[in-house]
Amino acid sequence: MTSTSAPTAPSSPRVGSARGSGLTGTTRLLRLAARRDRVLIPVSAVTLMAVVAGSAQATFDLYPDPSLASPALRETLDNPALVAIYGPVASLTVDALATFKTVLLGGVFLCLLAYVVVRRHTRTEEEEGRLELLGSGVVGRRAPLAAAVLLATAAVIGTSVLTILGAVAVGLDSAGSVALGVSWAVMGLTWVGVTAVSAQMTETARGTAGFALGALAAAYLLRALGDAAGSDSPARVLTWISPLGWAEKVEPYGANRVWVLVVGVVAYAVLVLVAFALLERRDLGAGVLPSRPGPARGSLRTVGGLTRRLARGTVIGWTIGFVVLGAVVGSLGGSVQSFVDSPEIAEMLRKLGGGAGTIIDTFFATELRFAAIAAAALGIALTTRMRTEETSERAEAVLATPVTRLRWGVSHIVVAVAATALVLAVAGVVAGLLDGRRTGDVAGSVGRLTGGALAALPAVWVCIAVAVLLVGLVPRLTGLVWAVLIGFLVLGEFGPIMNLPSWMTAVSPFDHLSHLPGGTLDTAAVLGLVVVAVALTAVGLAGLRRRDIA
Amino acid sequence: MTSAIQVQGLHKSFGRTVALDGLDLDVQTGEIHGFLGPNGAGKSTTLRILLGLMRADGGSATLLGGDPWHEVESLHRRLAYVPGDVALWPNLTGGEVIDLLGNLRGGLHDQRRADMIERFALDPTKKGRSYSKGNRQKVALVAALAADVELLLLDEPTSGLDPLMEAVFKDAVREFRAAGGTVLLSSHILSEVESVCDRVSIIRDGRNVESGTLTQLRHLSHTTLEATLDRPADQADIAALPGVTGAVVSGTHVTCAVESGHLGAVLEHLGTFGIHSLTSAPPTLEELFMEQYRVPAATP
Repeated sequence: MTSTSAPTAPSSPRVGSARGSGLTGTTRLLRLAARRDRVLIPVSAVTLMAVVAGSAQATFDLYPDPSLASPALRETLDNPALVAIYGPVASLTVDALATFKTVLLGGVFLCLLAYVVVRRHTRTEEEEGRLELLGSGVVGRRAPLAAAVLLATAAVIGTSVLTILGAVAVGLDSAGSVALGVSWAVMGLTWVGVTAVSAQMTETARGTAGFALGALAAAYLLRALGDAAGSDSPARVLTWISPLGWAEKVEPYGANRVWVLVVGVVAYAVLVLVAFALLERRDLGAGVLPSRPGPARGSLRTVGGLTRRLARGTVIGWTIGFVVLGAVVGSLGGSVQSFVDSPEIAEMLRKLGGGAGTIIDTFFATELRFAAIAAAALGIALTTRMRTEETSERAEAVLATPVTRLRWGVSHIVVAVAATALVLAVAGVVAGLLDGRRTGDVAGSVGRLTGGALAALPAVWVCIAVAVLLVGLVPRLTGLVWAVLIGFLVLGEFGPIMNLPSWMTAVSPFDHLSHLPGGTLDTAAVLGLVVVAVALTAVGLAGLRRRDIA
Repeated sequence: MTSAIQVQGLHKSFGRTVALDGLDLDVQTGEIHGFLGPNGAGKSTTLRILLGLMRADGGSATLLGGDPWHEVESLHRRLAYVPGDVALWPNLTGGEVIDLLGNLRGGLHDQRRADMIERFALDPTKKGRSYSKGNRQKVALVAALAADVELLLLDEPTSGLDPLMEAVFKDAVREFRAAGGTVLLSSHILSEVESVCDRVSIIRDGRNVESGTLTQLRHLSHTTLEATLDRPADQADIAALPGVTGAVVSGTHVTCAVESGHLGAVLEHLGTFGIHSLTSAPPTLEELFMEQYRVPAATP
């Protein structure tokens, strides 16, 4: 790939690859890497294909008459928030509508797959010292990077081709489907290159993640700003700076500009060449950038400070996610009326939300309830961190100081309770701000939606309490809390659709939430949930105080 | 002399595995006490019970005059602990961890912190994930040695340190004792225990098999004799002497192991052949240790 001409004499004294191509053993490493990813890659490829084909099929079922599609699309085109999230609409055809939400987001997921594959076979291996083990055998210096790039390239092309086939199979236009595959290949291949370069930059896999994912986020935001800008705004050029923007310019099921593939392949080739050039300039285990030292003195004074610090990254990430969630939910309010023209959908939404009020309130109540379940997942993740701290033996160091188990446990619960309230409030406020544009009453919308989001907190507390109970009483089975959450989700959210008896759906704490906005707050139910949460937490903490710390 | 740690008849089982089976341990205030035993002997379990991380099934444990399970807060203010396998938070620097543990314990000696970091040649600005095993251990050691405490519980604290750092460690521990501190040092490294410890407890299968000063323990064991005689001696005669084991005689060259109480009689016997040269080696801790583990434990 990069070293077709093998130098015959050592050109540099420090690099082990001075003699030969440095690619010895690539085939073997490629086979090893493919074996390790034999589940990850096929499952991701089939899932991405299935999402495209499945959502297209669902759209066709929803619009048996294709001429109805263009009014729905026009509604969307008027909503810059939606265009910022999903990218522009390629044309006013039913095929474009059927793939509107999957072209860009599917491509972003393909970028993530490319990133995971490249990172895990390069920097992660190197950081954990396994590459050193291989490198001391008969493996060329360039072989690991070459194998990782080849595997990721194959994964991207394979997924793109599979998706073209799947799209054609459900009846999407074939030329447009090829363009869709090209658009994905442009994004995926570029991120193979971006990650290959990122992996050379720092000593840690975390650093690689920072560069590769940071670049992905930047590319996404740049094109979002460009796409959402007015048609005569100079900001539209931003789309052209972003590789994701190039992929959009393919416009599948519209202009079908397959030649953009050339741009993607050139970017891919340049980035991969740069990665190999950087590889030559650094030592095994080192990065191009020197590792950044941290503070020599610490400012953490309490166990609560430590717990907050450990949760910080997670909470920031989830908060960003909930901002996006709030933006999607809030901006969709206006489109809901047109979405739910079909009485079947209206009926389904009523069953999911079950509440009174207008159809838009029902939509908000439903979405906020899903947001609450997501927040419960965050709460559980933060609470069960107690167990991770314990099994990694880091808790031992803390509990050998005057910190009692009770204070240690409570610090985790406090962080979980505060973080879940924060993310739900953020989603509610953002949704309210955007919905305020529709209603013309920003303060009112913010109040109603934030209130609705926060009203779900008691159910979230019950989930956190279940986690505390397991950590305290049966620490080995802590993971079971995730099964419990999925059980709640299935019972509470899909129980009515599946016509389950009400005593079964009542097991889920989410079933006892009031339908807000639109309904009235059931204080007795809130009180009941609070009592259950407090009781489970108390039993869990009592168990934690009595048992052995692993 | 008072006892800093007093353990009597300690029992602890994990399911069907018996970790501690009537362990006794007595650590005097102001001494460095070596805690020796092979893997799985119950050293770490004992330390965890002393730290109140685990509850004993039976027996009693007293730490600094208090109950390690019930008086966690007041006792932990007075002690510091270095675990055998130090796990650090991947995104906190070594310096941050040292200060955190110090703050949780109620403050660090700033001067001693700086001094220890320098002596252990620790870079406190690196993140937890990029430290090697030895450097992680240094972080925990600096945090413990810079703390204002009267007792150190150390669980194989030098297993990742190089010989140079091991010397720094030994000095630091001796200084800690000189200032009046007490140390319980669990270790595999016998030379280390031999050079810093005042008294030693050897445990096996959750019970202690020997306890005492090194001199006392040596009395329980054999001295190795190696002699060149003027006239050839008879192997059977020497092997028949009381207290002699492993006698090998080839012509005028004799090697044997002699129990401490019988040394005089053996030398007298050898003297009759005329001693040309003689070396006698007192048992090293290693030999003591090996001796305790060579034979299976006596059934109670």
